Amino acid sequence: MRKNLNVITAYSIMMVLILMVGIFQSWNIALSIFNLCLISALMTMGANIQWGYAGLINFGIMGYTALGGLAAVLISVDPVQEAWRAGGFDILMCLWLIIVMVLVIRFILKNFEKSKLRTYSIAALIITGIIIIRVTAEPGIEKIEAVNPATTGFLGGFGLPIIFSWIVGALFAGGLAFIVGKVALGLRADYLAIATLLISEIVIAIIKHEDWLTRGVKNVIGLKRPAPYEVDLQTTDWFISLVEKFNSGKLSVIDNLADRQAALNQLVIEGSSVFVKLCYSGLFLVVVIILLILTQKALYSPWGRMMRAIRDNEEAANAMGKNVVKQHLLIFILGSAIVGIAGAMLVTQDGLFTPGSYRPMRYTFLIWVMVIVGGSGNNFGAILGGFVVWFLWIEAAPISMFLINFFTAGIPETNAIKAHLIESVPYFRFLLMGLGLLFIMRYRPKGILPEKIEIK
Amino acid sequence: MDFINAIILLLNYIFIPALTYGSQLALGAIFVTLIYGILRFANFATGDMMSFGTMATILFTWYFQSLGVSLGVLPTALLAIPFGIIFMILYMLLIDKFVFKYYRHQKSPPVQFAMVSIGVMFVTQAVVRIIIGPADRRFFDGEKFIIKAREFKEMTGLNEGLALKSTQVITIFVTIVLVSLLFWFLNRTKTGKSMKAYSDNEDLALLSGIDPKKIVLVTWIIAGILATIGGALYGLDKSFKPFTYFNNMLPIFAAAIVGGIGNPFGAFLGGYVIAFSEILLTYAYKKFFMYILPESMEPNSLVQLLSTDYKFAVSFSILVIVLIYRPSGIFKGKVL
Repeated sequence: MRKNLNVITAYSIMMVLILMVGIFQSWNIALSIFNLCLISALMTMGANIQWGYAGLINFGIMGYTALGGLAAVLISVDPVQEAWRAGGFDILMCLWLIIVMVLVIRFILKNFEKSKLRTYSIAALIITGIIIIRVTAEPGIEKIEAVNPATTGFLGGFGLPIIFSWIVGALFAGGLAFIVGKVALGLRADYLAIATLLISEIVIAIIKHEDWLTRGVKNVIGLKRPAPYEVDLQTTDWFISLVEKFNSGKLSVIDNLADRQAALNQLVIEGSSVFVKLCYSGLFLVVVIILLILTQKALYSPWGRMMRAIRDNEEAANAMGKNVVKQHLLIFILGSAIVGIAGAMLVTQDGLFTPGSYRPMRYTFLIWVMVIVGGSGNNFGAILGGFVVWFLWIEAAPISMFLINFFTAGIPETNAIKAHLIESVPYFRFLLMGLGLLFIMRYRPKGILPEKIEIK
Repeated sequence: MDFINAIILLLNYIFIPALTYGSQLALGAIFVTLIYGILRFANFATGDMMSFGTMATILFTWYFQSLGVSLGVLPTALLAIPFGIIFMILYMLLIDKFVFKYYRHQKSPPVQFAMVSIGVMFVTQAVVRIIIGPADRRFFDGEKFIIKAREFKEMTGLNEGLALKSTQVITIFVTIVLVSLLFWFLNRTKTGKSMKAYSDNEDLALLSGIDPKKIVLVTWIIAGILATIGGALYGLDKSFKPFTYFNNMLPIFAAAIVGGIGNPFGAFLGGYVIAFSEILLTYAYKKFFMYILPESMEPNSLVQLLSTDYKFAVSFSILVIVLIYRPSGIFKGKVL
């Protein structure tokens, strides 16, 4: 109990903060902060597995998040039959061509000695392959995008429940991580950072502009939900009676029957959105707890010890017969897969997929701030980092508004500088994040909850 | 005649824009490479530092405009750039003193420096947005074109026009002057040589009596000049928007690494490699082929290798390919 005191204190403070938002602002806001905190925590765990366990730096979080989101679309949206009829054949043809190309390249790589000729022939193969694929795909893509472009204009998905996409998102992200890892893991740390950042930008560019697959910047809206809809809840009897029971004290004060009914209606509308958010919280919490248990087990297993050995001294671990390259690749895939789950969960919660919203600031650098602030190498730290940083990210605007008003209390409202400051309140969150990161790096470089390895 | 038309077409739509964009990237890439070679870290705040310098330039431009000072046909911003540079250098030195210096004395690993530079990136972004706001701003004034497309057509009697914007000429001219001065400084002066020595081998340089404080100071000063001029030229040519500047960090990194990081000349050429490949691969050659091929062979499609949406992706792919096959860059930089 005693040794975990700082963990318990930190988490209790965090919970109290969220509860305070619930009491003073509204439960709706508190719950949406809580849900996004959980998702951020999951992303942070993914990055923490790579950075904290193995010392691999991955600035491509954004790309894996977006792939998870894409999985949510591809799994849950109903297939667009018309589009499949129009251009499905061409697309399948292309897929087939890509598979053939990859197999041929693999064959060449395996059966020929490394030489200049081999490199050039592979390059030529890839370039001609791309041209052939473009030529075959062009008419199909045009036809697909012409099918009712205002609402569909893409192939759609499989029409399965959206929950499955959480697993598929992990597979997508893991698959991408496999390719990226094969290519880039040999690089030195800061080059790995730049390479992963740029690869994630390529992924986003593809998702944004391949309209036949993702609808691109036209966004996919109205995804299926694992939770009930607010409108349905508002007309369900058991839910209304539940709300009545919860608020019986408040309602019994009102004598007039009509007034009481109106108050009840208002409460039901508010309650329904809180209830939906609670459903999401439950689902997310289950995922976070399962993954937390798994990662904790992994951390204290022989495998976890080996990873730490590799992180702390690569040469020594290599000399002991550990396959460093293979383990690096494995952990890169695992971490990215967790980020993929988080990406799918994010889209599930929002109910829409907006490729334009994936920006490195929000989905890569902010997550890294969470990892560093929370404490790299410590899963509880990573989750706490997700909570603290996301909470501050959301509440930065009200806090800085309060501070500006406090310090400029004597200055009249019409003062140009004051007006300008109040206008630019949304950007104070960047300042807060930057200063937070710099202070933590300087004075507590291991994070709020530092890595702590007990020998059992 | 058709042949000349085709050449003019390529000049107008590919060569001149790529040369301009490449010059802007090259200045940024030399900035990245200098910081990497001498201070030994990948500076993720590159784009935002450039936007800070540009912001200072814009503020001075507005001030001069309000005073009624102008350079006639030239943009007023040229007058404001030196003041912008002073502010940029002061900001960089301030950040170095309060942030980077500590880690330099600790001899922290490059990764930690990179993390710290992300903190600086957040702070700089906030400062820029709080002072000037996130909106798109144009601060160009003076004569816009040196040659207008229509005038060129009338002058030569060709079908294709060649437009030459004054910002393009200014960009290319300033880049040539600045880069020549820089290489002269690095290769011929004592301070420049000691910077190279420090970059090659820190311990040996310290042993031979080179003052590290002076090296760091000079590096930041040069970096400030490059960042401000590079940013201001980009802003003059296109427009100033903090978010675009942040995004420009990525092709700039690509240019620096493709050229061989730590090697200023490589970075300079890397900028052009990235710019030309971006524009060459995404240009639709239909009109070009219409001029040079006989009518019967005219292409039906746009003859475009990649759609323009993938402009950024092109440079990143080049970077990835270079990283895999020749990690030290095309012109050998530090071995990674």
